[in-house]
Amino acid sequence: MASFFRNTEKKIPRPHPQEKEFSRRAHAVAGEKFFTSLCGFSALFTFGLVLFLFGFLALFAFPLFKNGGYFLLLTTPWQPLSGKFGIGPMIAGTAAISSLAILIAFPLSLGAAAFCEADFAPRPIVRWIRPVFQLMTGIPTVVYGFLAVFLLIPLLRQALGGSGFSILAAALTLALLVSPTMILFFSDAFRAVSREDVRTLVGLGAKPEERFIYLLLPQARNGILAGLLLACGRAVGDTLIALMLAGNSLAFPASCTEPARTLTAHIALVMASDTQSPEFQSIFACGLTLYFITTLLIVLCRTRIQARR
Amino acid sequence: MRYIQKIFFMASLVTLPFLLQAQAQDLSSFKGKTGTIQIAGGTAHIPVMKEAAQRIMHEAPGIRIAIAGGGSGVGIQKVGEGLVDIGNSGRRPTNLEIASYGLVLYRWALDGVALVVHPANPVSAMDSATLAAIFKGEIRNWKTLGGPDRTITLYTRDAASGTREVFWEKALQKGDITDTAHVVASNGAMKTAISQDPGSIGYVSVGHLEPGIKPLVFEGVTPSIETVKSGAYPVSRGLYSSTKGEPAGLTADFLHYLYSPEGRAIIQDKGFIPADRD
Repeated sequence: MASFFRNTEKKIPRPHPQEKEFSRRAHAVAGEKFFTSLCGFSALFTFGLVLFLFGFLALFAFPLFKNGGYFLLLTTPWQPLSGKFGIGPMIAGTAAISSLAILIAFPLSLGAAAFCEADFAPRPIVRWIRPVFQLMTGIPTVVYGFLAVFLLIPLLRQALGGSGFSILAAALTLALLVSPTMILFFSDAFRAVSREDVRTLVGLGAKPEERFIYLLLPQARNGILAGLLLACGRAVGDTLIALMLAGNSLAFPASCTEPARTLTAHIALVMASDTQSPEFQSIFACGLTLYFITTLLIVLCRTRIQARR
Repeated sequence: MRYIQKIFFMASLVTLPFLLQAQAQDLSSFKGKTGTIQIAGGTAHIPVMKEAAQRIMHEAPGIRIAIAGGGSGVGIQKVGEGLVDIGNSGRRPTNLEIASYGLVLYRWALDGVALVVHPANPVSAMDSATLAAIFKGEIRNWKTLGGPDRTITLYTRDAASGTREVFWEKALQKGDITDTAHVVASNGAMKTAISQDPGSIGYVSVGHLEPGIKPLVFEGVTPSIETVKSGAYPVSRGLYSSTKGEPAGLTADFLHYLYSPEGRAIIQDKGFIPADRD
């Protein structure tokens, strides 16, 4: 970075005397150094914080590990009255709700992004649609949850029976929540594809759909993967949607129309209880499990991307 | 729903200074005082205690009030052994406990829990055996109880809820609640769920009863503030705070604050019925 600036200074002739020029440059170098160290500090601080959080969680969940209880917790049910504090049903709930949400949102988002960026839609329409997607990323989760309680839940209750509070309700709302993020990520990935290549294909007479399948999709693969990962992270980590819409029941979910409890909702529900109880201890196991899931997602994605390169 | 509560909490923080000016005579006795109060015990008491503590500590920054949970048994034991100043319990301490520890009791609220269903549900009364069978998951359809052919949806509260504790002890006689029951995080969320779902059954604090939900007559008694106060309604309990010997200084001030108009307003706001010492 420093050499880059020195080069430009040499090229531009300056009328100032030599000493003044020198002090200005020293000043700039000092500023640069300060800026670099500030950035370095931010990066290291964030990095340290993440590690610290992991250490904190591990420390509190340690009693669970000591007697091998953690792995037992992962598969057993939650029955506080008989002394069982397993988080198996919550892991199943998180898996079911977030994967269903991604399954719904991914094709939708890919389609929407393709519509906007792969010359399927007339430009004026895209100019109106894109800002709406951007706006949607900023809508708070609680608004979606609140609206869904009054609009989606009665609809599902009438259509499918039961209470309406179900995996499906949470997954549908969660899909709505994560798709704008995915759409914007995918759009950016499609835009990053070299225009020359696109023009070449146009010159060869390729239709928009052919350009999309043979050029845009393969070229944007890493961006799509990154957007997908981010959406997965959001879906797994979101608390409020599941807490408000999934019904939070403790049974292992058997179908999409049944209620379930996610790990995050479980933490929120148990958090308020007495800090000495074994219930409270078990939420650290939940936290740790969430941490492992996201780490696994990132590792998986990174190795995939590197393998492509 | 927690978020909404948080927003209200923030809003109340903003408006608090104005409220305090209007009701300054209640809190003014704390002004300029310093010291600490240690409180432990019943979890149902915590929301009221926290709110009262926050207002007091705002008025007198020199006062520190620490509130811990632990449950009724722990509360009585800790205050009896002199580990805390105030021990909370969701039951009246036994005569043995009162005698051996020398406890002085302050009952400041009643907590009644009403069974509620959707307003359109024709079922209007229930006994404890039927209720236990419903929550165990043995009775699954309203048809069995003379209602329409509709699956019963169970709604219950999270483990930390004091309302759940009363319901479980007094109405279910500590019976099982099936795993498939829906769990909601607050009295408000319970009201929303019950008022929307025609097949629902759940429970709320008597202080939260309102037209959109239908209370069930339980064991022949209609739940209401009056029947809870008179002791006729069985699913209720007193909220007690105990001290070891007659309280003095800050501890006494704190307990008296709970009986002041502002203290009673807090109690009511948290869904309880303010009460006098028994």
